[in-house]
Amino acid sequence: MERIPILRMGEILLVTVQVEMHDQLALTLQEDLAERISATAARGVLIDISALEIVDSFIGRMIANISSLSRIMDAQTVLVGMQPAVAITLVELGLNLPGVATALNVDRGMKLLLDSAQRQ
Amino acid sequence: MNFFPDETGRMSQFDQSITDALIEQQSSIQAAWLATLEESGAVRGVRADELKKQTADFLKLFSEGVVESGGDYWGANGWAGTREFLEALSHSRALQGLDAQQTATFVFSLKRPLFDLLQRETSVPPASLVTQITLVSELLDMMGLHTVRTFQKARESVIKRQQEELLELSTPVVKLWDGVLALPMIGTLDSQRTQVVMESLLQRIVDTGSDIAIIDITGVPTVDTLVAQHLLKTVTAIRLMGADCIISGVRPQIAQTIVHLGLDLEGIVTKANLADAFALALRRSGLTVTKAS
Amino acid sequence: MNIKDQGTRPIVTEQDIVLARQACRKLAQDCGLRLVAQTKLVTAVSELARNMLVYGGGGDLHWEILEDGLRKGIRIIFHDEGPGIADLQLAMTDGWTSGNGLGLGLTGAKRLVNEFDIETAPGQGTRISITQWS
Repeated sequence: MERIPILRMGEILLVTVQVEMHDQLALTLQEDLAERISATAARGVLIDISALEIVDSFIGRMIANISSLSRIMDAQTVLVGMQPAVAITLVELGLNLPGVATALNVDRGMKLLLDSAQRQ
Repeated sequence: MNFFPDETGRMSQFDQSITDALIEQQSSIQAAWLATLEESGAVRGVRADELKKQTADFLKLFSEGVVESGGDYWGANGWAGTREFLEALSHSRALQGLDAQQTATFVFSLKRPLFDLLQRETSVPPASLVTQITLVSELLDMMGLHTVRTFQKARESVIKRQQEELLELSTPVVKLWDGVLALPMIGTLDSQRTQVVMESLLQRIVDTGSDIAIIDITGVPTVDTLVAQHLLKTVTAIRLMGADCIISGVRPQIAQTIVHLGLDLEGIVTKANLADAFALALRRSGLTVTKAS
Repeated sequence: MNIKDQGTRPIVTEQDIVLARQACRKLAQDCGLRLVAQTKLVTAVSELARNMLVYGGGGDLHWEILEDGLRKGIRIIFHDEGPGIADLQLAMTDGWTSGNGLGLGLTGAKRLVNEFDIETAPGQGTRISITQWS
């Protein structure tokens, strides 16, 4: 089955979405991530969507779900690299993703996660 | 007599001898046409060699059209090549800045050389000659109209493009510091302008990798509901992209509007003026400003 | 207003949603739509195609390229023979859903496009038409 790879970098899991998202793929990713957070005791999750040309309500919901479930499992999620056109569209759609932390790119996202890990 | 022939009204056919003459005497027709064009003064600003090529190309297409359509109505398939040629010609003239009259004259000035040709063709019986002249005349009229119409369209699109360019130039996104962008907005905001400006701000955030964007609306006298909503949506979009937004210079009237409209400003950072916003941006970037000595 | 080109494609599997998105992106690019307008249209297509699949049991996506003077546009019509929508007013309320979605499909899609039109009745299927102009 088609899967989006999850990379482990120390205490952080990195997901780079490079392919066109379809619904099943999004659901699988959500399940896989929950498994991996638990298995690796990860403290942070970075989701890089810079290659995504659209985010609809289904993918938006997946992102919100990942963020909530990782928080419950004591890992912080940072969504990085959202394209301007995608951001404008999501806002118009009515999906503001409150509570989901964001950063411009993977570097900044990583820094955000390390900084908040240090504070704790 | 059908003066404006269309799909329903088939026109009378061109005489075979005329068709032949059109093909055989192409170069002499071209010479006469060029002379008429020169005389009309409609070709100022067009290079001589370019004009020579254009007239030759057109005559070739014209005689092909006559052969293929047999003088059938202008909308016929046989004229497709001619139509395309005239559209391209109108386009390039519109871009060169020539006016509609000059462009239409290109076609209309062919009338005299063609009428002369018809009169020289003595093999055509006089009764038929009148029909033939009308035929040529109508055909060229249709072509002229088509040229003007396309010219108009081309001009309109030039104007539209210029308006868009002006829109983008009217509000520049400036870099205040490494990682800090500012968008000083001046004048009345309409919905379209706000949209274009906001889009370019978002793109610049990505291009420059800036963490903080300041939208300064000191120079904006009032905003309407739509613009206020756009502003708020932009702030949200910037957050989704992973950057922060500060709005500075909110005038009392605008604050009134926002409160009156019941728009939710929660989570949006506002500062009295651009200087305060910039100071906050520096602080957030971990920078402090101190006197040198 | 002229229709320059048109076509139809079925939406019966989840994969069709992805293919419809790609096809509509291409059409929107050919029409000269700005990137943001393209993205909004494609997102609306994604929402409506999924709605049609989930609630209408699948259906057809019909597209048309429009020309109106200087502006070009693209119209997309979603048509299914499903159960239809009983209370349209309720369905067009943000956050309302009969399934387990976010309830943003219809209202969200409407906000993303220039024109939105819906015809539905219980047992009569649903027909939604959206248009985006350049």
